[in-house]
Amino acid sequence: MRPSQHSSLPLRLALYALMVLLAVVFMFPFLFMLVSSLKSNDAIFADVSSWRALLPVGPLTGANYANAFLRGNIGHYLANSVLITVVSVGLGLVVNSLAAFALARLEWRGKQVALTLLVILLVVPFEAISVPLMLLVAKLPGIGFGGDGVHVVRSWLDTLYVQVLPFVANAFSIYLFHQFFRDIPKDFDDAAYVDGATPLQVYIHIIVPSSRPVFATVTILQALTMWNQYLWPLIAVPGEGARPLMVGMQQFFAARQTAWGEVMAYATLSTVPVLIAFVVFQRWFVRSVIGSGVKG
Amino acid sequence: MPASLDLCDIRKSFGSTEIIKGVSLTIAPGEFIVFVGPSGCGKSTLLRMIAGLEDITSGQLRFDDVVVNDWDPARRRIGMVFQSYALYPHMSVEQNIGFGLKLAKKSKAEIMVRVDQALSVLQLTPLRHHKPSQLSGGQRQRVAIGRAIVRNPNVFLFDEPLSNLDAALRGQMRMEIGKLHQHLKNTVIYVTHDQVEAMTLADRIVVFEGGVIRQVGTPVELYDHPANRFVAGFIGTPTMGFLSGRVAATAQGEGVALDAAGGQAITLPGDLRRVAHGAALTLGLRPEHCVVCPPDQTMLSGTVVMLERLGAETFAFIDLPATPAPVAVRLDGGERSLVAGQRTGLRFDIERAHIFDADGNSISSSAS
Repeated sequence: MRPSQHSSLPLRLALYALMVLLAVVFMFPFLFMLVSSLKSNDAIFADVSSWRALLPVGPLTGANYANAFLRGNIGHYLANSVLITVVSVGLGLVVNSLAAFALARLEWRGKQVALTLLVILLVVPFEAISVPLMLLVAKLPGIGFGGDGVHVVRSWLDTLYVQVLPFVANAFSIYLFHQFFRDIPKDFDDAAYVDGATPLQVYIHIIVPSSRPVFATVTILQALTMWNQYLWPLIAVPGEGARPLMVGMQQFFAARQTAWGEVMAYATLSTVPVLIAFVVFQRWFVRSVIGSGVKG
Repeated sequence: MPASLDLCDIRKSFGSTEIIKGVSLTIAPGEFIVFVGPSGCGKSTLLRMIAGLEDITSGQLRFDDVVVNDWDPARRRIGMVFQSYALYPHMSVEQNIGFGLKLAKKSKAEIMVRVDQALSVLQLTPLRHHKPSQLSGGQRQRVAIGRAIVRNPNVFLFDEPLSNLDAALRGQMRMEIGKLHQHLKNTVIYVTHDQVEAMTLADRIVVFEGGVIRQVGTPVELYDHPANRFVAGFIGTPTMGFLSGRVAATAQGEGVALDAAGGQAITLPGDLRRVAHGAALTLGLRPEHCVVCPPDQTMLSGTVVMLERLGAETFAFIDLPATPAPVAVRLDGGERSLVAGQRTGLRFDIERAHIFDADGNSISSSAS
């Protein structure tokens, strides 16, 4: 939002002041995290009730970051999280956009029922299905990639794919794609069918290239969700091998004293990839190319 | 090769609503056919059925005597131009035109040659790398036509292609489409609600109303011999004027007592089918078959409500008693002094009047 050039000066000042205030509110925890990650545990507590908590002053140290890697096994967890996020987002884009394409652009019996079910699914929170889902995957035979090569395992628990497959199909992503696809003029499809396209070719050549903004939106939302998974890996991945980044943070919460500096360093490191991804994809949010091929 | 088309009792229903109520039509190879009718008459739906974009509920559609009801659009070898143009926004002009050839897995070289040809026919060569958003309305229209001609279709389908253009450009594109047809000689089916487009482009016009064909004929046939009141009122600008009345006897024989003349009767020319005395009739008058005169020299008089001065010709619209719509009269040079609000008389040539019975069907229509 940018205050209009036409509004009066006091109004514009007020609007900017409001925006600065909001920015500070949102930046505060982030700054605190960043600054604390550079301080020792004692310094954090000494500064916590003054403005010094938000500024990198006093004795600073990189030891927390070193410890995050040495003690925290962060490299391994980071690799797990990246793999889980990339694979589930990649599969999710294909599966969910194809489902939305079928719902928005093709005619078939039962489509309305499917759409209604989709909307119902939107309101079911994951917490509600997490325990039944856990009981299910605990009994599903899967594939293990252990030291003795590929072998069948008796359950999906403690694997990487148990953190991916249940989240590939996502009602909210389908819904977002559906809303976007629905607004693309149907004449494009008809023109392509006249040109000899199959439905899959319409999807690949017409719908996907016209829908970059929604692909970017879904990528960001689904990536954030996957990156921040906590409850599910906590119950489905008891071991360390497939543990993701967020759950890995637990080990700094020791029984006697929590190493807050290291927790903050770890938290900073887990935030950075998200920030990078957001900056990369942000420009795709901005403009949509659709509509320019239709009458002006 | 231009195809011939046969439509045999084609019907289309959406749920329980019948949109196309049994259309039968034969179209010769190379013919330019125009479907006209008011919005909602089913003309666009029928076009989409011919294209293969809508299912045919019942009836048979044949291309060159082969039933194509279940063929998908590509197999029918049609080219179609949409009202919205439907140019793919992310593709350049040449990619838009070549897309169908690419899908048909033609070689790169062949695609190049054929796209170049289409570009030059439509004078689009300098714009080949532009995106649709960078083109004007007329240019987009030409790209849409290019996309249709590049695959050398058997049948060309146009769905209200000019309705998004401004008046001047519309006239120009109309001429270009006409020239293109003379050059390519494809079979063309062209849907429009603009009767000027229909009159200027068509070999034959098909007039639709409420999902049925009301009349098929050449533009001149429809103008001179409308089969019913609907066609008579739809074809021609300004619209034909209608006077209601009843069959009555006159001194010279059969006549019609006109409501607009307070029930005074006028004798009708002889070769009428027998119509019961007292039955309702409607007279249809083309503007060029009426003249204005002083009010005391005729049985019809009324008020001039509007004058339409088009430069080469002027039309006066005259409000007559007991007549729902004003009757248009084409003025010759002399009456240009007429002003709106003035009282005037109206005379017409009964030999050239169209006569419709109570159901709106033509009883007799005379040549002009």
